[in-house]
Amino acid sequence: MTDGIASLAGALAQARAQDRAALIGYLPAGFPDLESGIDAIAALVEGGCDIVEVGLPHSDPVLDGPVIQAADDIALRGGLRIVDVLRTVREVRDRTGAPVLCMTYWNPVDRYGAERFAADLAAAGGAGCILPDLPVEESLAWRTAAKAHGLATVFVVAPSSQNERLATITAAGSGFVYAASLMGVTGARAKVGAQAADLVRRARLLTDLPVCVGLGVSDAEQAAEVAAFADGVIVGSAFVQCLLDAGTDTAAGLKALRELAGELATGMRRR
Amino acid sequence: MAPAFFVPDRTGRVPSAEGYFGAFGGRFIPEALVAAVEEVAVEFDKAKDDPSFAAELGELLRHYTGRPSAMTEVPRFARQAGGARVFLKREDLNHTGSHKINNVLGQALLTKRMGKTRVIAETGAGQHGVATATACALFGLDCTIYMGEIDTRRQALNVARMRILGAEVIAVASGSRTLKDAINEAFRDWVANVDSTHYLFGTVAGPHPFPAMVRDLHRVIGVEARGQLLERVGRLPDAAVACVGGGSNAIGLFHAFLDDPSVRLVGCEPGGLGPEEGRHAATLSVGEPGILHGSRSYVLQDEDGQITDTYSISAGLDYPGIGPEHAYLKDAGRAEYRAVTDDQAMQALRLLARTEGIIAAIESAHALAGALDVGRELGPDGVVLVNLSGRGDKDMDTAARYFGLYDQDQAEGEARGRTPDRVTPGEGNVR
Repeated sequence: MTDGIASLAGALAQARAQDRAALIGYLPAGFPDLESGIDAIAALVEGGCDIVEVGLPHSDPVLDGPVIQAADDIALRGGLRIVDVLRTVREVRDRTGAPVLCMTYWNPVDRYGAERFAADLAAAGGAGCILPDLPVEESLAWRTAAKAHGLATVFVVAPSSQNERLATITAAGSGFVYAASLMGVTGARAKVGAQAADLVRRARLLTDLPVCVGLGVSDAEQAAEVAAFADGVIVGSAFVQCLLDAGTDTAAGLKALRELAGELATGMRRR
Repeated sequence: MAPAFFVPDRTGRVPSAEGYFGAFGGRFIPEALVAAVEEVAVEFDKAKDDPSFAAELGELLRHYTGRPSAMTEVPRFARQAGGARVFLKREDLNHTGSHKINNVLGQALLTKRMGKTRVIAETGAGQHGVATATACALFGLDCTIYMGEIDTRRQALNVARMRILGAEVIAVASGSRTLKDAINEAFRDWVANVDSTHYLFGTVAGPHPFPAMVRDLHRVIGVEARGQLLERVGRLPDAAVACVGGGSNAIGLFHAFLDDPSVRLVGCEPGGLGPEEGRHAATLSVGEPGILHGSRSYVLQDEDGQITDTYSISAGLDYPGIGPEHAYLKDAGRAEYRAVTDDQAMQALRLLARTEGIIAAIESAHALAGALDVGRELGPDGVVLVNLSGRGDKDMDTAARYFGLYDQDQAEGEARGRTPDRVTPGEGNVR
């Protein structure tokens, strides 16, 4: 079993060695259904993603906009369970070799049991977790379990985070720092705010961890813009939208995912 | 000398500095909200110790809200309660028609102190939304209210009230389309607009400091009632009874009696149509500890931590969470919680109307039904205090259909079938 933190560091270092930012793609497990969801997340890597985030859908995704909410609804209505998410992580890891993070809310993990979840995620080959509603002050139980299983704890920081908090959060985190590009929920935006560059600059002064930017990035132009100042670019809703647009034509959806990942990755190499 | 209407807890027993009531509470929020929530905590701490805040809020509660609220003995109603004496704390007589205004005016003053110009709020039955829209009209604040689509239908009168007060009402069509998802949507708004906006949370749930702050702003209910009862009866009640959805009116009533061990504290949860999943919202009776809307408390959830469907005829109680202090009081054995069904609540609503000429909100009718049972348990020497947290004008459409009071529904009503306007429990839910 490889160490999750090391696998993330490796992927990010490899991108840096190629003088580019890493592309990190998100899709919820079980969307549009369990098997197609596994194919879809693998397609992100085939298209050019260096790292993937597998969403564990939650009934109450308070940090997600309508696009990811719609995907979560479809997955949960399809009967998706946590064991299915873990299976998705394992298959994507086996098929692609890319580091696989799990992104979810705290209650499903807390309910499953932090230690049990960390053990099972690590056994599935997962690299770590992003838990955006678990602030650093409440995170000790999770971090202890994650550390014991070699998993990364990726914290989200926001433009509103003052430097003192940024220092606390980045010191507690591992893998990379997830810098929210703007104040808001997930979903494509016409413009990625200028706040992102400032946040990355402030975070870099406080930590040696790579700093990756997410929220609102949806096209190659935006990805290239963010890649110019960040170690990684995180894209979620735009990928979900590809599958929503494809409807029942899963093959078309997978093709669209590969194409978008490819466009984003190409855009990011032109810096 | 006017009585004090702002009477926050000064014992400092709970919550802890981190917002914990024993194992419950805390602050489970996105990083983007941490600074704003901390600002609320700091401002409220300052306000608690600032005589000018108490004075300004006290003036409003006296001359605008109409505090102190009355206490009414209801002997004809009490004949059905085993002969016990029953007293109602009349929060329904407050301006806007419920207890919600106590909290809203306090937080509206806080909003001004923080220099924010916009307020958002969630609402279930519409009572918190109406109170918030009212305060925003009074203070000249922009106001947006999130309300589940199902609730905008079953509480249409309150939607009209909010709109005439100048508030924007947004019908939430995601998830359960009831109170839970109205709160989700309000949080999404807050994350995006936190610089200008205060989230005027309506109950004793949510991240710290909301459970403690909303409690402190409602403590006046129990403090007044305790004094009124001592004056009228010369002794404490044997039981204090309130309905619990999120738990704000119940905490407001209970808190003044926490150190009176002879007073049973009884919370009445919405038992809906029965104990099966998706047919009730009896969170403390059936739920298990988990995290919802920013704090750890009892939650109705499945094995995977997904929040489950709820149902209640009462929009204001139709919620799968509960304030963390109630979870603490339950586990400590200080308060007891029981489920009251739709039908028990509706029968109690009609009984109070016919025996005493008081039309209660369906939420509060759950407490009335609980009081009938508690009175029978206590017997003729018992004294029961009930928080009548709101008036029932908003519920007349639901009640008319339930009891067949519309002329065209007469035949249907005589069949005495269950006709809650939220016909299908769990309608619209994810799982």
